[in-house]
Amino acid sequence: MRFDLVADNWVMFAEGAWMTVQLTALSLLIGFCIALPAGLIRARRIRILSPLINIYVYAFRGTPLLVQLFLVYYGLSQFEAVRDSFAWPVLREAYWCALITFSLNSGAYATEIIRGAIETVPKGELEAAKSLGLSPRKVDFLVLIPSALRRALPQYGNEVVFMLHGSVVASVITIQDILGAGRTLNARYYIAYEGFLTAAALYMSITFVLVFAFRMLERRYLRHLRVSH
Amino acid sequence: MENLIEYMPLLLSGALVTITLALFSLVLATVLGALGATGKLSGGIIAKSIVGVYTTLVRGVPDLVLILLIYFGGQRLLNIVGNWFDADYIELSKFWAGVGAIGFIYGAYLTETFRGAYMTIPPGQIDAAKALGMRPISVLRTVTIPQLISFALPGYANVWQVLIKSTAVVSIIGLEDLVGLANDAGKSVREPFIFFAFVFCMYLLFTFISQNIFMYAERKYALKGHDDAV
Repeated sequence: MRFDLVADNWVMFAEGAWMTVQLTALSLLIGFCIALPAGLIRARRIRILSPLINIYVYAFRGTPLLVQLFLVYYGLSQFEAVRDSFAWPVLREAYWCALITFSLNSGAYATEIIRGAIETVPKGELEAAKSLGLSPRKVDFLVLIPSALRRALPQYGNEVVFMLHGSVVASVITIQDILGAGRTLNARYYIAYEGFLTAAALYMSITFVLVFAFRMLERRYLRHLRVSH
Repeated sequence: MENLIEYMPLLLSGALVTITLALFSLVLATVLGALGATGKLSGGIIAKSIVGVYTTLVRGVPDLVLILLIYFGGQRLLNIVGNWFDADYIELSKFWAGVGAIGFIYGAYLTETFRGAYMTIPPGQIDAAKALGMRPISVLRTVTIPQLISFALPGYANVWQVLIKSTAVVSIIGLEDLVGLANDAGKSVREPFIFFAFVFCMYLLFTFISQNIFMYAERKYALKGHDDAV
């Protein structure tokens, strides 16, 4: 094992880690912005919009992220209309394709999580708010949504780890993320283990930090739901 | 579109590779999950810690990283060992490397599924069966297993749905599955969108069919409401 090669190339892994972290974080952020209204519409079963969102969610949750990424990155370039359009400078770039695909994917999973969380908010909480004279909009923004987001924390924590792990496919379309750095190292020195083992260790460390962070958040924000002994 | 029709037999053969890969992986994952759950529930300290390391390790590392590690690392290992015996260059099968990797990954998830299902069985039932003088094997067959199936099915269905999507990344080590073949064919006829759209629809179909099969199974193995009769 030549882990000295990893040490010599630590900058490449650090840059890869930064790429993975920011790509994952941005995708989650954009996905969340899609999911909050979409989840609310699904929970309220608003006509026309709700079935449309359901199709979006079903399509993105029912297919592999890799296929979605290939469809956007390789697929869209097939059409001349896309290549001639103003969006081409963006859609040509592997990074933007990955960001768009990951955001849509995370948005679909998060929509389901938020819908489920909204549906588990007890009716009593909302009736209490209403009886205090809050307007329907205030009930939504001050009671329903904050309460639902707290309840969504455990599943959303899983989604964050899922997105982190899903983001490895970015390396397939030439993005230098953690796995990209590992593959480059292996190819450069003709070795089989070191790059992948380093990548695995980095992903595992980030996963553990995230799991720990969400456990702390749950302890703080779900305190009122814990059964006291 | 004509290109897609022309390539259809090839793509369908790829779909068959994807499905067999998923099914073999599921079998391996089920065996590993059953072993893991047994180890965690009734093993000694050593068995418990081995299973603990296994499940934490797998849940911390992305599937593609493990697949690459098993395929390229396994290839190197096989030939180092082969060299000791003066063997010729051995080529590791992409298909079986994929089955090994995916089965290994989802075995960890099934360990938790089976363990959770076993723990939902009220221990009093097993004690009662023993008190009636039933042999351990018949306790297993008539009390434990039927309930285990019904409690584990929803989790098992979830793992399967994630597993089948996970097979797509095996194409990255060059396996000629649905995704790999569509990638090559779509690029050579310059219609990648149409070919990947087809793959997209095929996966939706897999998801849809498996959903229905599991819904049927859950109904079939549902415990006949013994609780609400009380």
